[in-house]
Order: sequence, then C-alpha cells, then structure tokens
Amino acid sequence: MVKTRAKAGHNAAPEGRFGPGDRVRVAARDALGHCRTPWYLRGKTGVIASIHGTFRDPERLAYHQPGLPAQVLYKVRFKQSEVWGRYDGPASDQLEADIFEYWLEPLK
Amino acid sequence: MSGPKRKNMLRKGAGGRSTHDVGGLEFGPIDREEHDLALWEKRTDAMLRLLVGPQKRAFTVDGMRRVIEDYGQQQYDRTTYYEKWIRAVRNLIVEQGIVNREEIEARMAEVRARLEKTGRKASKEKIPW
Repeated sequence: MVKTRAKAGHNAAPEGRFGPGDRVRVAARDALGHCRTPWYLRGKTGVIASIHGTFRDPERLAYHQPGLPAQVLYKVRFKQSEVWGRYDGPASDQLEADIFEYWLEPLK
Repeated sequence: MSGPKRKNMLRKGAGGRSTHDVGGLEFGPIDREEHDLALWEKRTDAMLRLLVGPQKRAFTVDGMRRVIEDYGQQQYDRTTYYEKWIRAVRNLIVEQGIVNREEIEARMAEVRARLEKTGRKASKEKIPW
C-alpha cells in the first residue's frame, strides 16, 4: 500500500513567478489524467487576483504520489465575455478560478 | 514508478475535453430541488471522510477525483453523484491493497443472498470496475 501524506503543507507567502495584477494566459495544452484546470479556461487570458499559497500538486497526488514539490496556486480573474465568446451578461462580469503556476504563461 | 495509469476518457464531439470537464457545454436546466439522501449515500459520505482523514489517509480526494474522471462517458453520464463516489471508494481501497476485488465481490454476493432470502429487493446491476 502506498501511503499518501495528505498534510496540506501549504505556505501562505510563497515565492511566486507572478504577482497580483500580472496578465497571464492559461496554457492551451491537453493534460494526461487528473487535472484541475478546466477546459473552458485553456488558452484564455486573465489577471492574477491573489496568491493562495503553495499546495501539493493534485496532478501527482491523484496517483498516490507525494505531490512534491508543492506548487504555487493563484486566484486568476477572467472577463466572462472573453471566456465564453457569446456572453449575454454585463461586460463587467468576471470569473475567478484557482490555477496552478505551471498552467500559466506570462503575458506582456 | 508504477501506479495507476494516467489516461484521458474523452467526451464525444467536444474537442478533446475529458468526459467530466463539461463547463460551458449545453446540458439543459439545472434541477435546484433539495433531495433527501438515502442511507447508503450518507454511509458513502462517511466512509470517504474516514478513509481520507488523518487516521487512515488511505488515499486523497485527488485520487478519488481521478477515478471518477476515468469513467467512460456513458457511465459518467448515467451514474449519480454518490454512485460515482462509492465506485471510487471501492476501486481505491483495492488499488491501495486494503481489500482485494475477490473479497468485495464475495461480500456483495453474500449481502445479495441475504436480502433475497428475506424477500427484499437486491439490484442485479453491477457497477463496472
């Protein structure tokens, strides 16, 4: 039996590659197996709202691996109108999602 | 490192999405009624919590998500929330060597026989592994 230590081990002020206000794009790639980056956000552009901390990597934890090194998790803000293409709501509507750093690309 | 295989079960005609990853697809109206939970559903919830909790740490919620996501589209769409959970719990305790498949199947047969003997209905349906 493979023991998975589920202790969160999360660090509230990690050294992240991005900071609040940075523009980022979610990688437009496929994932093999478990992945928490939803399909509808792949390739979409957003802004870092905040840094949640570092967390064990769910893409490894899902396969009984320790999920280390821990990964930086961001709250990223997207415009609804950009995410959905045909969006009927107000242009100011936004959507926030938690995305790990290795899914984000810098955008100038 | 050997372990469970990484795979993607794709949703038909949805451009490479995994079966479960349906955000933004058309699925009709959402039923917002409150539902009573059956006893087995409450037990499933309790089992999951005990298995992932600090005493056992038999697997993680991420592992459970992975098993649920590995369902083919047909099974994924026709099973309910807790049916997905109980299958995941069953598969993961086997994967982690806590019990084996034969033990579970023998126990299922035993319970089915007991129910039938007392005239209670037992579903013939089998949840695919």
